[in-house]
Amino acid sequence: MRAFDAGWGGAVWKTIGEPITNVSSRYSSIDWEGRRMMGFNNIELISDRSIEINLQEMAEAKRRYPKHAVIASLMVESKRETWHDIVQRAEDAGADGLELNFGCPHGMSERGMGSAVGQVPEYCEQITAWVKEKARTPVIVKLTPNISDIRMPARAAKRGGADALSAINTINSITGIDLDTFQANPNVDGKSSHGGYCGPAVKPIALNMVQQVCSDPASALPLSGIGGIANWQDAAEFILLGCGTVQVCTAVMHYGYRIVEDMQDGLLAWMAEKGFASIDEFRGRSIPNVVNWNQLNLNYQIVARIHEDLCIGCQLCYTACWDGAHQCIHLDRTSPAPDTTRTPAMVEAEAARRISTTPIPKLDAGGPGSSNARTPLERIPRVDEHHCVGCNLCSLVCPVEGCITMERIENGLAPQTWAERVAAGITPGGACDVVTTN
Amino acid sequence: MSGQTSFVEQAPNHPETSARFGDLHPPLDKQAAIPEANRCLFCFDAPCTGACPTHIDVPRFIKKIASGNLSGSARTILDANILGASCARACPVEVLCEGACVLHRYNKQPIQIARLQRFAMDSLHASGAPLPFVPGAETGLSVALIGAGPASLACAAELRRRGIRAHLYDARPLPGGLNTYGVAEYKLPLIESLREIEMLSQLGVEFHFATMIDAEMLAELEHEHHAVFLGIGLGAIHRLGIAGEQLPGVTNALDLIAGYKSGECTTVPARVAVVGAGNTAIDAAVAAVRLGAREVHIAYRRGPEQMSAFAFEYEHARLEGVKFVWHAQPTRILGGEAVEGLALTRLAASKDGQPGSEFCLAVDLIVLAIGQGTHSGLLSGKVQVERGRIVIDRTTGQTSDPKYFAGGDCTNGGREVVDAVADGKRAGIGIAAWLEATLAPA
Repeated sequence: MRAFDAGWGGAVWKTIGEPITNVSSRYSSIDWEGRRMMGFNNIELISDRSIEINLQEMAEAKRRYPKHAVIASLMVESKRETWHDIVQRAEDAGADGLELNFGCPHGMSERGMGSAVGQVPEYCEQITAWVKEKARTPVIVKLTPNISDIRMPARAAKRGGADALSAINTINSITGIDLDTFQANPNVDGKSSHGGYCGPAVKPIALNMVQQVCSDPASALPLSGIGGIANWQDAAEFILLGCGTVQVCTAVMHYGYRIVEDMQDGLLAWMAEKGFASIDEFRGRSIPNVVNWNQLNLNYQIVARIHEDLCIGCQLCYTACWDGAHQCIHLDRTSPAPDTTRTPAMVEAEAARRISTTPIPKLDAGGPGSSNARTPLERIPRVDEHHCVGCNLCSLVCPVEGCITMERIENGLAPQTWAERVAAGITPGGACDVVTTN
Repeated sequence: MSGQTSFVEQAPNHPETSARFGDLHPPLDKQAAIPEANRCLFCFDAPCTGACPTHIDVPRFIKKIASGNLSGSARTILDANILGASCARACPVEVLCEGACVLHRYNKQPIQIARLQRFAMDSLHASGAPLPFVPGAETGLSVALIGAGPASLACAAELRRRGIRAHLYDARPLPGGLNTYGVAEYKLPLIESLREIEMLSQLGVEFHFATMIDAEMLAELEHEHHAVFLGIGLGAIHRLGIAGEQLPGVTNALDLIAGYKSGECTTVPARVAVVGAGNTAIDAAVAAVRLGAREVHIAYRRGPEQMSAFAFEYEHARLEGVKFVWHAQPTRILGGEAVEGLALTRLAASKDGQPGSEFCLAVDLIVLAIGQGTHSGLLSGKVQVERGRIVIDRTTGQTSDPKYFAGGDCTNGGREVVDAVADGKRAGIGIAAWLEATLAPA
């Protein structure tokens, strides 16, 4: 109810089932260069409170906030009568919809629930069908990412009659090992167990799975996006790939319900800027822009261009290109001629031999270091555009926005995909006998 | 003599002075150091490393702080600069590593390299771990080092790591030269200099204190050792050569600084004039403020644009309340039994008077900071000297006499601790290479 007061449109009440005993501790996380909880992991099971109490409270929340959507997230043992019973009780309590938790990867799966269901399309279909026999409200199947191809359980849910899907649940994980005790996190009396991973780190995985489901006609149902959503930009991306709603959990656990204010404010501002009056006007708009690799234009060519006026001289692009890419960025702007043979080791050896002294203002004015406002020319790398493959790596490592841009080279070639080349017999199809699931 | 008595235990202990000279740049704690370390971009061929005279691999030691490898961080620093703890505090980083940081061109917030370096070094000292180096296998070679300041210490460390014996001779009772006695206490406390040298002495450096080397002894040392390193610094501070200079109440900046650091001087009178506008003058003027002076003037014969002090030092002095008198040449020191005033002549027009007009500052103490002289007697034609500086090959430290090497202020005319360390390090490597090429036993 505090969430609704803060501005959230609805809540998924998760997860109701026969009460379990939870352990302490339950959570662990990974930090990234000083930022906390970039990835978050839990070994918490479903609610440890009774079904009665959960449903009483749900009824109370619905009574006081009738206009807010409350979805009951359910997980019970895989028996038809048990599911019928819980569906009945949740709907009697006023649930606006049901989310079948077929996703939790830890603990409950050992008891034949959660991802143990989600990983077997037949179970997924069967239980969905049982629930649909009874349910009067929309049934949402929550998918597990701990599977080779998320479209398999999605299709099964659709066959079972699900009204909607939600994705993704958490990903199997161990967040880390304590280097003093050799014990894993989170620590339960010296032992740990694999948990469910979520938070900002999982967003790219979630986006990919959302795209897979939304672009597969046999899977496609209304989809509620989940996975690392923390701000309005994340939300917009999930919607652009087809989600009708998004769910947020970890970011609220981190910062509280108040984060919804900017999610709403920022999203509305972006929508106004783009001229969208409703979510539906941009929902799924990016789906056609994600295709199989063999549909990509092989004749599209870009090269990196370093904007000297913005370059701060860190040379991260140089070392990245030499050690992680194609050795086509060079430090030769002050050489008499382009020099592609000078290696990073040679650059470092020259630097080590250089003798520097502390400048004395009166004597050394105008010397090296007298001004740090401009990047010395010799520190600004140069891209050998003839050898640049357009991989983006330099522009990704560059700390300055807009300093390295990837520029299109007009090569006069008509667009051509791998599929077209194979079809035209220009290239052999390779291992094309492999059955694809597409 | 080495290792027998703790230098730190011999340090004077004056809580009042310590309280008055608290850290100008307070240390970072772990909560502050790690985010700051994470801010470092990890530049390739980093400009900070290039700007450091000792070429400390700055991004490497900073990333080791970020990764929690503090001992590795300290070892990275010490490998390049055996006085890395002192330099973290004493270096004018605004014109060195931090001045070169590429983040000036990013968001105007350079990495706080000095404070991170201090964090790494303080962590090493707090851990009680020994110096992360061991002496090389003994070669039977030995070198006499004249002066136990930063240049000789850095040279000695290189020699010991190569198994060459290092005998340091110094006129003072404790090692470190200006690093111990000449750096403003709010930058580098005397005890920290000694703590660092104590660690260095684990390499088996042999110290000979309270030993003044004259030409005759130098000849003896030359005979006894395989090479000689001159790390003798500069001579006494110049005198003005004006009337009244002999009066009580006239001193010089180095004596004032050494005096309060060693605890011999705990207060100064109410009105102080410092003559000169270099970094040492600033240190002396600020010290006078901290030691209780109510009014401190710096008198300089030229204008602010010609002073040799760094801009940030000038700003610091102004913040401490030091007043500057530009374009003023001292002409006489006034007083009967002791100093009562300083008469000056204006060298440029100002709102107070025309060029050539005279005025007087009423003062009780005059501190001269107009540059140091050079040693000439000791060397007496032994090695080539130009404009008071011993001429060396910059890459090896070798002088005109191949058996003599030199570094530090006596070769560069007076720069920073880190410049002396860099000179000493190059000379240590240079001596070892020269000995190997010419003298090494078959």
